[in-house]
Amino acid sequence: MGAKGGRAFEGLEKAALVAGAGLLLGACSGPQSALDPAGREAAEVARLFWVMLAGAAIIWLAVIGTAVFAGRFQKTPLGERAGLRIVLWAGAIIPTLILAALLTFGLRLMPVLRAGEPALTVHVSGEQYWWRVTYRTAQGEVETANELRLPAGRPAEILLDSADVIHSFWIPALAGKLDMIPGRTNRLVLNPERTGTYRGVCAEFCGRAHAFMAFSVEVMEPAAFEAWLARERAPAAATADAGAFLANGCGGCHSVRGTPATGTIGPDLTHVAARPTLGAGLLANTPANRRRFVSETEKLKPGVRMPAFGALESDQLDAIDAYLGSLR
Amino acid sequence: MLFRRETPNLWTLLTPPAVWALHFLFCYVAGAIICAKAPEALGELRLAIAAATGLALVIIAAAGAQAVRHWGFGSDAPPHNQPTDEDQKHFLAFATLLLAGLSAVAVLFGALPALFIAECGA
Repeated sequence: MGAKGGRAFEGLEKAALVAGAGLLLGACSGPQSALDPAGREAAEVARLFWVMLAGAAIIWLAVIGTAVFAGRFQKTPLGERAGLRIVLWAGAIIPTLILAALLTFGLRLMPVLRAGEPALTVHVSGEQYWWRVTYRTAQGEVETANELRLPAGRPAEILLDSADVIHSFWIPALAGKLDMIPGRTNRLVLNPERTGTYRGVCAEFCGRAHAFMAFSVEVMEPAAFEAWLARERAPAAATADAGAFLANGCGGCHSVRGTPATGTIGPDLTHVAARPTLGAGLLANTPANRRRFVSETEKLKPGVRMPAFGALESDQLDAIDAYLGSLR
Repeated sequence: MLFRRETPNLWTLLTPPAVWALHFLFCYVAGAIICAKAPEALGELRLAIAAATGLALVIIAAAGAQAVRHWGFGSDAPPHNQPTDEDQKHFLAFATLLLAGLSAVAVLFGALPALFIAECGA
């Protein structure tokens, strides 16, 4: 390669470096970033990360600095006593003190991450490959799916378990992740502080559609949350005809409260049209996507238990889509 | 006997890490049992771990002090790599002393969560 080729390669390398750094920094904010916290737990985790990063940077600089010093400036060997003293201090005592400080800093977070008298209890069950979300309120339970809404500034207790395999519940912007284990209830307390829309994911490989098991998280003003919960509690107020939905057996697996559809195998659809996403964070909730999800389920979400209804007549799919779209 | 010996051997060398292992096992097993069967006894668990930590540190300190004695109080600097009885003794003693330091730190680190834990979990 000539000098010109070498320069071109250098330019390319630089561009790749800049692009890489841009990508890395771009990942620091947004709806699914632990470094852009919107809740108390995530803020603690982010602080822990920055402290650890600063500590690691200082240690790295000290080690590289010592190596440079030894290679460049200290040309004669040190005496045996001085060498042993360096090993004792730099190799044992200082690392022990640093580790003790970092360990204490990390352990200090343990009680913080569970603290708070909850104002709200939500039971979230992981199922292949979606989330069953049940609000436990004084007026009874309200079931929904693939969407978590929380009031800002109020601690929310999330009770986590699983109906099949191990899943993991992770909303990076709000808190660290916690496993959902069949036969065990894990408790997580969230303290969301900033209103906005965030994204939660399954953080433990749970099967073929694991990567398509997400949910949206909406942190709302408390009054707006109460209004939403009241709407969510109400039975379906469909304006379209439920005929095709019921005739094709959808109600065997899905519930639409206030109708003969009372299945509990799949997600509750009582207010499905009001949710931001379809198929557990897979698609935007638009009429075209709803129709696609019903007719190409397995193709969109491999391993899902719902069969694809692509064989239905077009007018049946239209009717189902119109009905789902009216479930607000 | 492990203590009040004239010469070190592999058993005296293994005393500090063995104490560390037993202490770790005690903290882990006691924590698991108390949290599963009697979570309200967390305060007593904390005291038990504190007592076990104190006991472990005393034994490790005794092993370390004996190692210093076997080492000849540092009369001879490492490495003790000559094929003589003297160097074998000093090598074992010095290794025991280093292991005692490591084990003491490990025992303290292992007990540290008991100081911070606030509840057993749901």
